Amino acid sequence: MTTEIRVPNLGESIVEATVGQWFKQAGDAVAADEPLVELETDKVTVEVPAPASGVLAEIVVKSGETVEVGALLGAIGDGAGTVKPAKRKRAAAASRPEMAGARAAPDVPPVPTEPKKLEREPSPREEISLNEMPPSPAARKLLVESDLGADEVAGSGRRGQVLKEDVIKAAESLLTRERKVKAPPAPRAPVAAGDAAREERVRMTRLRQTIAKRLKDAQDTAAMLTTFNDVDMSAVMRLRRDHRDDFEEQHGVKLGFMGIFVKAAVQALQEIPSVNAEIDGEDIVYKNYYHIGIAVGAERGLVVPVLRDADRMSLAEIEGTIADFGARAQSGKLGLEELQGGTFTISNGGIFGSLLSTPILNAPQSGILGMHRIEERAVVRDGAIVARPMMYLALTYDHRLVDGKEAVTFLVNIKESLEDPTRLALDL
Amino acid sequence: MSDYDLIVIGTGPGGYVCAIRAAQLGMTVAVVEKRATHGGTCLNVGCIPSKALLHASERYAESADGFAEMGIKVKPDLDLAAMLAFKDQGVKGNVDGVAFLLRKHKIDHFHGTGRIAGPGKVEVTFINGEKKALEAKSIVVATGSEPMGLPGIAIDEKRVLSSTGALSLPEVPKRLAVIGAGYIGLELGSVWSRLGAKVTVIEMLDRVAPGLDGEVARQLQRVLAKQGLEFKLGTKVTGLETKGKRVKLSLEPAKGGKAETLECDAVLVAVGRVPNTEGLGLAEARVETDSRGRIVVDEKLATNVPGIYAIGDVIAGPMLAHKAEEEGVAVAETLAGQAGHVNYGTIPSVIYTAPEVASVGKTEEELKQAGVAYRAGKFPFTANGRAKVNRTTEGFVKILADEATDRVLGVHIIGADAGTMIAEAAVLMEFGGSAEDLARICHAHPTLNEAVKEAALAVDKRPIHM
Repeated sequence: MTTEIRVPNLGESIVEATVGQWFKQAGDAVAADEPLVELETDKVTVEVPAPASGVLAEIVVKSGETVEVGALLGAIGDGAGTVKPAKRKRAAAASRPEMAGARAAPDVPPVPTEPKKLEREPSPREEISLNEMPPSPAARKLLVESDLGADEVAGSGRRGQVLKEDVIKAAESLLTRERKVKAPPAPRAPVAAGDAAREERVRMTRLRQTIAKRLKDAQDTAAMLTTFNDVDMSAVMRLRRDHRDDFEEQHGVKLGFMGIFVKAAVQALQEIPSVNAEIDGEDIVYKNYYHIGIAVGAERGLVVPVLRDADRMSLAEIEGTIADFGARAQSGKLGLEELQGGTFTISNGGIFGSLLSTPILNAPQSGILGMHRIEERAVVRDGAIVARPMMYLALTYDHRLVDGKEAVTFLVNIKESLEDPTRLALDL
Repeated sequence: MSDYDLIVIGTGPGGYVCAIRAAQLGMTVAVVEKRATHGGTCLNVGCIPSKALLHASERYAESADGFAEMGIKVKPDLDLAAMLAFKDQGVKGNVDGVAFLLRKHKIDHFHGTGRIAGPGKVEVTFINGEKKALEAKSIVVATGSEPMGLPGIAIDEKRVLSSTGALSLPEVPKRLAVIGAGYIGLELGSVWSRLGAKVTVIEMLDRVAPGLDGEVARQLQRVLAKQGLEFKLGTKVTGLETKGKRVKLSLEPAKGGKAETLECDAVLVAVGRVPNTEGLGLAEARVETDSRGRIVVDEKLATNVPGIYAIGDVIAGPMLAHKAEEEGVAVAETLAGQAGHVNYGTIPSVIYTAPEVASVGKTEEELKQAGVAYRAGKFPFTANGRAKVNRTTEGFVKILADEATDRVLGVHIIGADAGTMIAEAAVLMEFGGSAEDLARICHAHPTLNEAVKEAALAVDKRPIHM
């Protein structure tokens, strides 16, 4: 009786992952739910727990290789196997200290397989293998030619038989992936010999590759356009100054700018629904929920955790959640589901000192709000030149479904909310 | 630079199909054929002419003793010369068809004897003695087989016949002895028996049609005996003497015992076939053959010499036209970089007697020997409506299915049109179907195929019409 270890469903839009470290070697005893291997996906690292107790019989995919969702990683067999002393395990854990805490009780000795189970299981397994349908004749040929195993293709025929159409589909998705990976190797222009020695070539991390691909995909798909406005931050800064201490005392979180920006954005999205919509084929999908992605810089790269149903959150909840996101982004502990499903994104380049920028959409979203640095600028108020803390706002939108008038109105709406935050309280 | 991507030596069913498939896949192809016509043994002196005679003689026999029952009164009058001409016409139509197909696919053909002259080199010797050297990237040997002789018995094709001579007898022999109760002996024995010969079939083994499911073989023997064929099983031929127009055979029980003699007007030697490998230059090219003279190939049908492949009767496996065809397609596809493949487990075989016998997959004997637990479902044609009105109630369908999984492992049919009916069993088995799958597939009424469905139901002991 062997149990297959497969790549779990990693959530929407994530189809592949890179195999990270295997915590166990072939032959090691494993307990059910014990972490076996880590998978590096677009945004996070996840651990695959052992689906059963037994012995890690086989490692099919080695560290560094790319796998798709559902692919076979390895297999767990029966028996106690070579129970390695805990010392070895600790050594493995030490080699990746940042993972040590994340793993669920790795030092618990492996639970030996119940002997009762052992005796019972081989017979049904045998029946299953005899019951397995062979691939159809044409499918068999195509499997060989596509270098696919029958177990790599989901059969749609009677009793799960792999049919020709199943292999065609599986081979096509394989091809598409290969094409995507192999497409753009434009050779780099030669470099002067003297310079070449002073170059350093570093492989892009998986995360960096994904970021590059996503950004380029967004540029290739959407009709991106950016509209600007500026906002006088005096009112917001006054609000913060007056209530910061009370707020922190009351809620246990600092009153920052982001919470107010999120509130302002949600209100503007409710006003201009197309900015919260996305294009699906020939349809526009309007979303009557407001999941706001907050771009957060992390050591591993930029991540965009999502505030779910931000319209139903209080300012304190928003601030608290963002603070939590920031902390966990640094330690790489954000869950996959926390990075998915956003309907609109806010990116704050101001914290790095940016004066003005044109953010790129987080596809398939249709809008992204760019915040920038606040600085005292000379502005005219009532005919007089005065200094005011000003910030430029940028809204990049997908012109395919958001009209220019809507985009400008959206940004003006945010500007008005920020210059007079009482409007937010009054839902104006 | 090679003249061709592929040269196929032999244009029997394996060779010409291989050539056409290769041409379809974009290869430049030439064929070498030593006969004046294409189609090999099958079309010229095998399957096709024998089926023409089987068909004609069956109509003749039926008109003599079956038509009256249906209210048709005729007095058949045999014109053997015309019947042989009808057969030749059928052969011509088929071999011309192959020539047309080769032309259509722009395949060059050379009528002469092909010899492998080295890697990628084929030398053709024409009938006038002229030679031509051809070059190709790949060579497929598809030279087929020829009738096997018996030691001390010289075939003259007048009195002592091979299957070839037995297709063209100028008159019906009064007494015909057939040595060998394989499919060739039974088919040609049937032909001449129907046309009036007293036929005796002599077989060394104690059964007819070796390899056939035992129950089916016994039934076949009973039916043929009823039709007038005499069987001497477990008997070997120890001598043959030709005296003018008569032939005297010395027979002896295979296990030893009292000898006897059998006098006849003609004797058909149908004890098997041997691969045609002589003069091919195989030894010089260092192509490996086995103890029975067959070319040794791997699962890709490649010989031990790179670039040389072999298919059909010259390699191991059943000597069947359709097996050669599948191999021809597989080699062509392999050469084109595809995954050519032959599933040897689902090659049907047919004996074109009346009733026909057809089978695919394992026999009961094979399953027992392999220790496979199986369930058998049987349904007789006497319970099939169409068979009743067609007066073809002889025979039955037997389906053997795995006891645990119900997967069909073998199907054996003896009955009219069995050769056509077996196709659905082969399809089912290729798709790994179960007896219940077959039982749940709607079969048209009234057809003989309903008996196949009923046999599938009988595996689960629930036939409707029995």
